[in-house]
Amino acid sequence: MAPSRRNPIESLWDFFCSLKLTLFLLISLALTSIIGTVLPQGLVPPEYVARISPLKLQVYSRLGFFDMYHSWWFIALLYVFSLNLICCSIRRLPHVFRFISQPALVLDDSLAAGLSLKLQVAFSTPPDVARKRLADFLGEQFATSTLTEQGGSCHLFAQKNAWSRLGVYVVHASILVIFAGAIIGSLFGDKGFVNIVEGESVGTFMSRNGRETQLGFTLRCDQFTVSTYDSGAPKEFKSILTVLENGVAVPAYTHARVIVNDPLTYKGFTFYQSSYGQADEGGEHYLTLTPRSGTGSRRLTLHEGETVSLGDGTSLKLLETTQEVRQFIPELNGPAARIEVTSRGGTPRVFEVFRNHPEINAQRGDELIFGYEGSNARMYTGLQVTKDPGVWFVWLGCGLMVVGLFFAFFMSHKRVWIVVSKGGACMYGNASKNQAAFAQQFDDLAGKLKHLNI
Amino acid sequence: MTSSLCFNLTTLAYMVSMVVFFVYLATRNSGVGLAGSLLAYAGLGVQTVAIALRWKESYDIGYGHAPLSNLYESVVFFSWTIILIYLFIDLKYRHRVIGAFVVPFALLAMAWAQLGLNSSIEPLVPALQSNWLLYHVITCFLGYAAFAVACGVSCMYLLKARHEMSSSLDVTAGGLMGLFPPTRVLDDLNYRAIMIGFPLLTIGIITGAAWANYAWGTYWSWDPKETWSLIVWFIYAAFLHARFTKGWVGKRAAWLSIVGFCATLFCYLGVNLFLSGLHSYGAN
Repeated sequence: MAPSRRNPIESLWDFFCSLKLTLFLLISLALTSIIGTVLPQGLVPPEYVARISPLKLQVYSRLGFFDMYHSWWFIALLYVFSLNLICCSIRRLPHVFRFISQPALVLDDSLAAGLSLKLQVAFSTPPDVARKRLADFLGEQFATSTLTEQGGSCHLFAQKNAWSRLGVYVVHASILVIFAGAIIGSLFGDKGFVNIVEGESVGTFMSRNGRETQLGFTLRCDQFTVSTYDSGAPKEFKSILTVLENGVAVPAYTHARVIVNDPLTYKGFTFYQSSYGQADEGGEHYLTLTPRSGTGSRRLTLHEGETVSLGDGTSLKLLETTQEVRQFIPELNGPAARIEVTSRGGTPRVFEVFRNHPEINAQRGDELIFGYEGSNARMYTGLQVTKDPGVWFVWLGCGLMVVGLFFAFFMSHKRVWIVVSKGGACMYGNASKNQAAFAQQFDDLAGKLKHLNI
Repeated sequence: MTSSLCFNLTTLAYMVSMVVFFVYLATRNSGVGLAGSLLAYAGLGVQTVAIALRWKESYDIGYGHAPLSNLYESVVFFSWTIILIYLFIDLKYRHRVIGAFVVPFALLAMAWAQLGLNSSIEPLVPALQSNWLLYHVITCFLGYAAFAVACGVSCMYLLKARHEMSSSLDVTAGGLMGLFPPTRVLDDLNYRAIMIGFPLLTIGIITGAAWANYAWGTYWSWDPKETWSLIVWFIYAAFLHARFTKGWVGKRAAWLSIVGFCATLFCYLGVNLFLSGLHSYGAN
């Protein structure tokens, strides 16, 4: 694109300043981004591997398609994009600054020829009186004017919103600020995960890179609860957490409530409610066996997966349990267990028993009525842990972008000149964008000027 | 009066409005055009009441959340924002015929919502229980609606431009095309609608990032929805740069605007229906 006589540095500079490159990058980023929304990202599921040919798999992994937003070529595109932004701005900013700091106070012929908004008026008063009145007129109706005398005529110049020409550069800078925030976050931030069993505390969490990371304080889970709507859909996942420094609870962070959309932040780490479950160890479950006659009921204590013999050759296996059955069977609530009962020589029968619904337990016609009383198993809360010192840069960038867009789209640099010569004056107008709206404003101004008594 | 009755009335109003606009295209009677606009406004009014009623109904059931929580509610809201943006453009620029190309989008959305989607009010899952839901959805959808209007106007542009090409000798600007605003105006409207939509989409993406950071600790995770919103952003950014600095106007701008809206639609619906991710409210 550069003429051959230019040296390579200049050609390179031109290349990075070019708008063709900008358009190419925007379209390339848009098109390549699609790949990552279609192909699985991160750990590739085995079902997917089974579905595509080994060659395809190899090509895709070589090209980094399974982690494409962190692949070298995508990052490279983003770097070239940043470079393009910087170069374009460096090339054009001095010109814009000159435009703002040294406005065209005098309307020369070549400038005047390019202006479509124009109005000629004649007057009989001496030029210096007319000049004064016109300056007052501009000051009242538009903006304070500057007067310059040149070549026998004098030029009044007034402008509005000159700074709006910088809006687009604010948007460009904001993108760089956001990128800076993202880079700071990836260099100095950390992300990870921690599970805390009710009543226990942790001082470390598992980083995304697989390392155990020190928090520098201790976090205890006092309680974890799930509440549900009547329909059985989950309503709230709630952890009650306490921060401890050297074993002593920090008052403002004692029994702090953490729910989804309401995290806890302490010393740069933020804890987000993310998952939960039943702690494995020490989970004892209690089953009741009541003969239909009502007398001689027994209570069994067993762990999940454990099988016990009931004495008469019948064996009972505790398959799985839940402390809230509503999520599986919306009409029912409370703890439930799935058990497998095998009488001597018979086939195994699997069924569910409930704590809160003894009538359902009794519906089975067996001699023994099985029931479930719940468990002493504790819950654990799963927390996402994040430290991101770059996030404030990102928000700063976002704020700048919105402000910049506002200036770039909805403010326009409006200029009005009045060239006063003997016996007449000519008014010219120009706006950096939205000429149509400015033409309206110019017409209003022109109407008033015509009726001005000079 | 229930919200579902009002939503049915809304659909009916948009349908009649569209038919009246088509009659307007055929008869070119300005009274008919006015009737089309008024019907669309009436539909918007009824729809506003319906959305408010649905909001109240969700409180009556005990769920208490803004009606923006599932696919049905979002499609209804989408059609509301389309007509809102149309109303704005109609009042400001007074090119009645644009209604014939914008109201069908709103009708299509309402009809699909009423006939094909589950309209029951459901409780809000914990992930959506946040005020950010309101800011995020409203800004995104206003942006989408502006792009829809831009797409409608671009279609008009292409029709009119082709007509002008083929009948350049025929000076009497009669027929259907006589109703259309001049291509210069259509091209300008396309740009203006995108100029409204682009900042709104930007704010929508930012509020989404802020919410994600607040709920999950990550402002950007390359979730398909996020990525597609960024793709849409790139396309319209390319549109603006091509227009400002390379003078891409007219046909090329119109086509880019249509491509942009296709990407917007995919971002809104395609991602939910065909891809998986965090915004999977359309999954059932």
